[in-house]
Amino acid sequence: MTKQKKWLLSCIVIAVFLALVYFLEGIIPSYSNWSMLFTVLEKGSIYALVAVSMNLVNGFTGLFSLGQAGFMLIGAYAYAVFTIPVAQRAAVYQYFDGGLIQFTIPVFFAILLAGIVAAIFAFLIGLPVLRLKSDYLAIATLGFAEIIRAIFQWNALGPITNGSNLLRKFATYQSALFPIIACGICIAIICLLINSSYGRAFKAIREDEIAAEAMGINLFKHKQLSFVISSFFAGIGGALLAMFQTTIQASAFKAAMTYEFLLIVVIGGMGSITGSIIASFLFIACREWWLRFLDSELYIGDFQVPLLRAGFRNVVFSVVIMIIVLFYRKGIMGTREFSWNGLLRWFKNLPGNIRSIPGRLKRKNKKEAQINE
Amino acid sequence: MNKENVLRVSDITMQFGGVVAVNNFSMEVNKGEIIGLIGPNGAGKTTAFNCITGVYAPTNGQIEFDGNVIISNYPKRKMAKIYKGENMGKYNRVIAPTPDKITKLGIARTFQNIRLFSQLSVFDNVLIAKHLHAKQNVFSATFRINHKEEKRMREETMALLEEQGLEKYKDDVSTSLPYGLQRRLEIARALATNPSLLLLDEPAAGMNPQESDELMEFIGQIRDKYNLSIFLIEHHMQLVMGICERIYVLDHGIKIAEGNPSEIQSNHKVIEAYLGVDE
Ligand SMILES: Nc1ncnc2c1ncn2[C@@H]1O[C@H](COP(=O)(O)OP(=O)(O)OP(=O)(O)O)[C@@H](O)[C@H]1O
Ligand SMILES: [Mg+2]
Repeated sequence: MTKQKKWLLSCIVIAVFLALVYFLEGIIPSYSNWSMLFTVLEKGSIYALVAVSMNLVNGFTGLFSLGQAGFMLIGAYAYAVFTIPVAQRAAVYQYFDGGLIQFTIPVFFAILLAGIVAAIFAFLIGLPVLRLKSDYLAIATLGFAEIIRAIFQWNALGPITNGSNLLRKFATYQSALFPIIACGICIAIICLLINSSYGRAFKAIREDEIAAEAMGINLFKHKQLSFVISSFFAGIGGALLAMFQTTIQASAFKAAMTYEFLLIVVIGGMGSITGSIIASFLFIACREWWLRFLDSELYIGDFQVPLLRAGFRNVVFSVVIMIIVLFYRKGIMGTREFSWNGLLRWFKNLPGNIRSIPGRLKRKNKKEAQINE
Repeated sequence: MNKENVLRVSDITMQFGGVVAVNNFSMEVNKGEIIGLIGPNGAGKTTAFNCITGVYAPTNGQIEFDGNVIISNYPKRKMAKIYKGENMGKYNRVIAPTPDKITKLGIARTFQNIRLFSQLSVFDNVLIAKHLHAKQNVFSATFRINHKEEKRMREETMALLEEQGLEKYKDDVSTSLPYGLQRRLEIARALATNPSLLLLDEPAAGMNPQESDELMEFIGQIRDKYNLSIFLIEHHMQLVMGICERIYVLDHGIKIAEGNPSEIQSNHKVIEAYLGVDE
């Protein structure tokens, strides 16, 4: 395929997909079971954006940052605080006399602001920490996220953050196309960055810091750049998540949330954007939709199907994740990316691959047995 | 000597805790010269390289490049108490740039234990070295505002690979290359930073005699082609004696001899150091 053809094909696929979403949104009523599809598309896009932003630092630059939930929280609050209509503020900030801020800014700028505020925080954390070894970054960012969460729940800041109460009534979106397109643009920008000269410098740092430095790459500057840009997009992800949820509360942005993204990045493949995107949608689809039935008791006649009860979903979910981590150590994509040629090849080889699974398993078991001996 | 001086190392001492890896070492490289640094294992050769390239800040001493002081240090506080070297008090400035700044100035290097960007292609390995002098910022690079610059980097990289005979491997993962070619690639990568001084740390290590003969020729060629001065560490005596105009000899961090190959070959101290004869 020529380059133009690939471009054309990609554009057509994207256009058809967006049109399909638009069309389905018109015909699927919100009470139908299929409306879950939109939850998956919206939340999946947002998760994909945050996972890709995390991959930029962890997978492409080789740093270990665990601050994603913290930066999302900052983004979500920056967005929400500035878009609650003035008329509604008295109701939202009922314990704080309607709050301190009495103006709103347009949605687009609020989303941008969400990213910028998160980026500024990242810059400040990065100043001391990124000069140290990478492990310190993990500790510092994890600590930062927890501290931020506590600060945002602090009553003294209530006039701005509404303390530990919900923020609600801020501007949201109407169509599922909004988060899909917004996240698509952001991910496209990250892709462009990764394929630029700077992206190559990030990868060089990941591969070998000493060699990268000897090639004239300023380690601190480039790590800082990657970290700040990643946090910028995590902040935007936070703002979009706020819009998706329609209400937010600081207490929800726990470290567990960061681990979800870490899991997605690892399952998708450290250093693969495509992997992070696929893993995000799979993760959200399984958790919110496909495995939901596991949580509800099911009766066939008088017979209660065993094991199905609240909480069982998480058990199955953990097992699925373990299987993936065991059998796809490098994640679904490794460090590969989507390409049309790759997809064609994959389809061509699929029958052969399926037939060879028993053989491969046997070989694998044998090898492991040998190692155990 | 009235040749143009490129590198001048003055009284460099590198002390790790109580271990003095390099002791009061001075040397110079003039324009266009190929200079050798030899010595038994653990003599402090790589450490000397690491001081010149900014990986370590020397405990004491000064390094000049193209007439400017680029690195300078003297023992302070705790270090002053355990310092075992000489020449205290001669230096009183601290200039300790990071390695990337040194590379920017025009000193490129290779590593004793090859350090390629192992998961990246041969092409990308060299292309990364072009990042340093590219006229761009994150914004213009991300949004392809100045794509001529990217095109130039790619063309230069391709030209360099062709010249080194690596073009047919350009899409291979760098560590899949045979050992000799990996060393070549590392040199190509260093050349891509547009250096005027090239430091090679045991470029012939692990090569057979034929390969190291080729390498010897190759080093002469790149010196002429790129107007380089070359400073190399090597254990292959044949190679060192064959191409170096002058040689420095380190033993236990101390310079025990310097001179042209024939002087070095007949120097008692050098023979003793290599054969391990006691004084
Ligand atoms: N970072 C460090 N910390 C402590 N000691 C070090 C360090 N780097 C080097 N040394 C010590 O300095 C001495 C010189 O080491 P160096 O690597 O410079 O030797 P070399 O001449 O390059 O030897 P070889 O021929 O084996 O490469 C050794 O005794 C080594 O243990
Ligand atoms: Mg060495």
